[in-house]
Amino acid sequence: MNQEPFSLWVYLSSQPLLWLVVTLWAWVAADRIALLARRAPIVNPVLIAILIVSAILAATNTPYAVYFEGAQFVHFLLGAATVSIAIPLVRNRSVVRANLLPLLAALIVGSMVAIISVIVLGRIFGLPHDVLVAMAPKSVTAPVAMGIAEKLGGEPSLTAVLVILTGVLGAVVVTPLMNAFRIRDYAARGFAVGLASHGIGTARAFVVDPLAGTFAGIAMGLNAILTSILTPILVHWLL
Amino acid sequence: MVAAFAQLLACQLAGEIATRSLNLPVPGPVLGLVFMAVILLVRAQWRDTSEELPVERTAAAILANLGLLFVPAGVGVLQQLGLLSSHAVGIALTVVLSTLLTLLSTVGTFLLVKKVLA
Repeated sequence: MNQEPFSLWVYLSSQPLLWLVVTLWAWVAADRIALLARRAPIVNPVLIAILIVSAILAATNTPYAVYFEGAQFVHFLLGAATVSIAIPLVRNRSVVRANLLPLLAALIVGSMVAIISVIVLGRIFGLPHDVLVAMAPKSVTAPVAMGIAEKLGGEPSLTAVLVILTGVLGAVVVTPLMNAFRIRDYAARGFAVGLASHGIGTARAFVVDPLAGTFAGIAMGLNAILTSILTPILVHWLL
Repeated sequence: MVAAFAQLLACQLAGEIATRSLNLPVPGPVLGLVFMAVILLVRAQWRDTSEELPVERTAAAILANLGLLFVPAGVGVLQQLGLLSSHAVGIALTVVLSTLLTLLSTVGTFLLVKKVLA
């Protein structure tokens, strides 16, 4: 009798379906919680869903590799989601065109500040060279940042941690920060969070305002390109 | 729905092929975004743009749940937090200050240039 639920668990826990369902429901629950909190920035659904899933994995002693067998189907959609940003981009093309010069200037300044501030601040706080290299591309989407760090001799898994932390941090602080400075231009706000906090910032921007989301998506894409070019130059120059 | 999804993935595939074969610094999906935008702009010349394409509906559904897609990677990252332990305070201060500086300098430049041009 006692063996039966256990063998069922053994079967299910080895199937990708279980962890796919857990990921989806953790997101649905986290999104409901965020909605109940009226989308308050501190109640970030990405962070809540990560915590729910992590708690379940810890409680069931499930290794990440087993979890990822199921979660990979969700993870896989990141590429399609990036392509999807073309749709609001084309739809809002007149606003984008009207803001083209401010957008390009903000891209260049923001991208350089993101990299240089890490190197300068990190040195002040006494971080070693390999940590600084792993941190430098933290504002761009994880696969790109990991590639940049690896080429420069940084630890890619440390980069992945810093990228996600930067993403969640930017998504949480952007709304109160911009409100504190009374910035109401949603194109500018979205662009800043997409540049500083890649896809997690962009996800927040799409929740706040579709135009902010569009500009966040543009910033995320352009900064991925510019950071790949700038990081090696700035790291060699400053370190 | 299926055709729309196939279009998104086809653009991503074209982007991956182009970046890899030409050794570009651009991530494949970002180039896929550019291809998709070009296709939509060309199609916009020929059709009534007030009507929503299936690909537009599919993309809107994906973007409305964009956060979900970061959950699998985020769970992995949470398990790697130990990597930070040796320099946790310095790293935390650097990430927080750098992110705030990046947000403010980006939004500041955007608004300043917009004001100068206006």
